[in-house]
Amino acid sequence: MANIQFQSVQRVFKQNGREFVALKDIDLVVQDREFVAIVGPSGCGKTTCMRMAAGLEHPTGGQVMVANEVVTAPGPDRAVVFQAFALFPWKTVWDNIEFGLKSLDVAPDERKRRITQYIELMGLQGYEQAYPHQLSGGMQQRVAIARAYVLDPKVLLMDEPFGALDAQTRVVMQEELVRLARKNPRTVLFITHAVEEAVYLADRIVVMTRRPGTIREIIDVKSIREAENWDAHTRIEDVMDLPSFVHLRTHVWKLLREQQGEDPH
Amino acid sequence: MIAAPLPPQQFWRLTLIGATGFLVVWSVAALSGITSRAFLPAPWDVVTRFGQLLVQPFAGFVLHEHVLSSLKRFGMGFALAVAVGIPLGLLMAWFRWLDRLITPAFEAVRFVAPIAWVPFAALWFGTGIGGPVLIIFMGAFPPVLINTYRGARQVDIKYIEAARMLGASSLRAMTEVLLPAAVPSIVAGLRISAGLGWQSLVGAELIVASSGVGYLMVKGQASVSTATVMCGMLAIGVVGLVIDVVLRRVQLLIEKKRGI
Repeated sequence: MANIQFQSVQRVFKQNGREFVALKDIDLVVQDREFVAIVGPSGCGKTTCMRMAAGLEHPTGGQVMVANEVVTAPGPDRAVVFQAFALFPWKTVWDNIEFGLKSLDVAPDERKRRITQYIELMGLQGYEQAYPHQLSGGMQQRVAIARAYVLDPKVLLMDEPFGALDAQTRVVMQEELVRLARKNPRTVLFITHAVEEAVYLADRIVVMTRRPGTIREIIDVKSIREAENWDAHTRIEDVMDLPSFVHLRTHVWKLLREQQGEDPH
Repeated sequence: MIAAPLPPQQFWRLTLIGATGFLVVWSVAALSGITSRAFLPAPWDVVTRFGQLLVQPFAGFVLHEHVLSSLKRFGMGFALAVAVGIPLGLLMAWFRWLDRLITPAFEAVRFVAPIAWVPFAALWFGTGIGGPVLIIFMGAFPPVLINTYRGARQVDIKYIEAARMLGASSLRAMTEVLLPAAVPSIVAGLRISAGLGWQSLVGAELIVASSGVGYLMVKGQASVSTATVMCGMLAIGVVGLVIDVVLRRVQLLIEKKRGI
């Protein structure tokens, strides 16, 4: 079972001899094949949560486990989609997607089959030999998503993957991610500061407080989505018009506003 | 503020004026009688001598044979500098402990002029190929190492994180991430390195060789043929320029491919 467990996770930063508590008492289990979005004000430590699951940072207290193993270092079983894409500019689209498969020692025939599959799934046909700088931001992020999915990882970690995209591209990518997630359910931890994106994509939403980051509330979206049959609508704007969607969105907004309200500035 | 580039017409006119001016000053000085023509030949004396050197062997060989002989030594020393400098630079960028281990010795040696190795080149290799290769290596190696190292250290952390997340081994991270990321810096280093290497090679040939452009110049001095010495200088200048132009082409090609 590929779940993600945060067990009493704490993260303290030391700066100029002073200690800052970035995260404390984070207890969260992302179930197998569950899509969980973390939302919170800037600097609440949501990205740090994702990076600890990836093994790119380490908790100063408690532990993070993926598939019941303590995370110690990054690895292809926990694929990350970064906000800044982080595609290798010197590699073609094909070679970028192939990079992780080579680490996993996947046989050449199987590599080819899987890359072709995800190139089709992400609508990248015809761009196999293009370099990242020749693609638009949206296309680049499709490559980054394909590069992560093609590894067939235990969990997917996404750090504001659509944050650098323009509004229209963002909507298209959100719809595609929903399609991908429903067709091919994975354990996903998704970081965002966009409330609508979280409500649209996630099974559950974790709302965090300002620093020191703690969990304010966990909201179940999936049961409402299924009860109200959101997936009958393919367009994001139709879903966003549904009263149940609006209600949830407003609820999450209020929780976040509460956090902003405590802001001394 | 840096001034805008000159319009092409003005660019070429100024180039022509500068070059002509140089030749005029040189000719006037040679003809003025300040010093004997044998000590300062006029430009046309050099051109005539250049033509002679291409057909009549001097110091054992004709001019282009000397140039080829120098280029062969340069090629070996430069190739050795690249073969050691690039991998070592990448390893030092990836493994901090190696960086610490190598840096003190490297810093101690790199400010020693390549020509200072001549005594050792002579003692260890006599007039064999090893001497000049050692000296050119000493000139060409530091810029390759430094630029590879700096280029690799300046790689955006996001690429390193992506590589680690994708399960890359240290070897793959170095060859497929650090190396390509450092390529623009490495090629810039190669240009400096080739220039220094070519300069130190000719210096070495003045002392420890029996062929090559430097050797030609020593022999020219011995027979008080300053025109021969200047032909050597001319050959050095032209070959150096060609090497730099080739490397600059490579640099532009890489930058274009990367969309820099």
